Amino acid sequence: MAEPRIQATQAGHSYDGRCWQFRELDLTIAAGEIVAVLGPNGRGKSTLLRAVAGLIHPSTGSIRARGAIGFVPQAFMPAFSYSAFDIVLMGRTRHIPLLRTPGRNDREIAFACLTELGIARLAQRSFNSLSGGERQLVLIAQALAGETPILLLDEPAAALDLHHQDEVIALIRSIADSRRLAVLFTTHHPDHAFAISDKVLLMHDDERHLIGPTVEIMTEAHLAELYKVPVRLLRFTAEGRELTAFAPIFRSQVARGGKPIPGDRHAE
Amino acid sequence: MLGLLAVALLVGLLASLGIGPFGISPARVGQILLAFDGTDAIERHVVLTVRLPRVLTALMAGAGLALCGAALQGVFRNPLVGPHIIGVSTGAAFGGTLAILMSESRGLLLTLAFLFGMLALLMVYALNALVARRNMLVLVLAGVVVSGFFGALVSLAQYLADAEEKLPRIVFWLLGSFATADYGKLALMLSALAPGAFLLLLLRWRINILSLGDEEARALGIRAEPTRWLVLTLIGLIVSAQVAVSGVIGWIGLVIPHLARMLVGPDHRVLLPGAMLAGGLFMVLVDDVARTLSQSEIPLGILTALIGAPVFALVFLRAAGPERGHG
Repeated sequence: MAEPRIQATQAGHSYDGRCWQFRELDLTIAAGEIVAVLGPNGRGKSTLLRAVAGLIHPSTGSIRARGAIGFVPQAFMPAFSYSAFDIVLMGRTRHIPLLRTPGRNDREIAFACLTELGIARLAQRSFNSLSGGERQLVLIAQALAGETPILLLDEPAAALDLHHQDEVIALIRSIADSRRLAVLFTTHHPDHAFAISDKVLLMHDDERHLIGPTVEIMTEAHLAELYKVPVRLLRFTAEGRELTAFAPIFRSQVARGGKPIPGDRHAE
Repeated sequence: MLGLLAVALLVGLLASLGIGPFGISPARVGQILLAFDGTDAIERHVVLTVRLPRVLTALMAGAGLALCGAALQGVFRNPLVGPHIIGVSTGAAFGGTLAILMSESRGLLLTLAFLFGMLALLMVYALNALVARRNMLVLVLAGVVVSGFFGALVSLAQYLADAEEKLPRIVFWLLGSFATADYGKLALMLSALAPGAFLLLLLRWRINILSLGDEEARALGIRAEPTRWLVLTLIGLIVSAQVAVSGVIGWIGLVIPHLARMLVGPDHRVLLPGAMLAGGLFMVLVDDVARTLSQSEIPLGILTALIGAPVFALVFLRAAGPERGHG
């Protein structure tokens, strides 16, 4: 097997030396592999991503990346209102020497990335005036323009409607396959992990992590423990395939919800 | 738009060479500049010896200040900073004041203004390194501290200065003027502006990247810190030279980048040359007013503030309106 693109060994990080975001984390990601990171708010998902990206140094252990890293932050608002096209063009910066400006080749690649994401029409709009979802798409185009073998995305579909969620996760899967990218992304949508990830990392608390193939790790028990909400995984068929959907059981719906079912032990 | 600005600048330059107590038509100025035969010797003297060095020095000082302001606003990701923020102008002001106190020598004034300007930048750098690296707020505070320190020293020097002779000279120099411009000062300004502006213009794409923030720059594959110091050093070079030849001139470095951003957009690839053209034109026009409005010269610092403050307020109001919606 080829050398992994990302290898974290006993990695841990703490901002203040007392409270750990995560520790003793082992993780490898191979080329062409997608890993989804799931966990409740504030459990260190973004910190892990930033550590893998090299933006912060892990306090303990090591995180190695073989190859340049493209990083898509969760949100970003520049101080000046650059056009969406210029924001994507900035993704080319690692290929542009200190005293040079982007050339025709860079502009063509940037435009191709906008087109690939179906947002070429936004090119001349001011980035700051775009909707949250459009900005997310532009930032993904920026990361693609960097042509890096590793792609990290911090909640890439957080601000997107269902249609764009479908498009973006399909795109992530297809470029991971076609460009043999190693992809690591955080998400609050277990459905997205079912849809595209090869492996998942569940961050329960600073020390307890579960890592493994998606279908093995994403069990009702594990997800219920992770989110502190009872969950069901519903298996169904659609378009001739057996699929899995994630359904949280929200208390309020149980409280107001339909008829009690006779014979169910909860029903009396 | 850049072309339009360049044409406006050329017209402004020609007109400025003709304007003055001794009026000369723009056509005549053109003839003199192109060394046509049969031009009047007095007119030639007025245009070539008196006005040309002054107008060109004003052009370069204005272009340099506006360029520095635009670059600074970029690397600090803050459209409200100007060249005064890194302490260089105040440092250079103290150097010049010290020189006036010590002697009549102009060479000493230029040298000390320049040296203290760079010293101020070095102190900002050292303070920043001592406290915490990579923190933009600390860098700005270090600038404020150094600026305040040298500002106090300037006041002290004024307090100690001989009120009959030295004090007026210090005050007039500090308020800014091109009245004493000649080819020697022009050469000094040019020797700092040419390499400084050349490198800053080459760095224009990197300034775009720096304006996104350090972490974003890092994620895009470059380290922000060394590039920012390179930019700051070049700015220090240009601003100290400007203060040395023409005293402290405020507002240009703050207001012109805003106006240029309205004209050509925020992309530093066009903003930096745009700011240079606009700054040069504005400075030349302000200097025309300074030397023609009354019998005696009006200090530039007063004019740039009188024009700059309301313009900035207008820009600010306009910018605050439509931008508010996007948070």
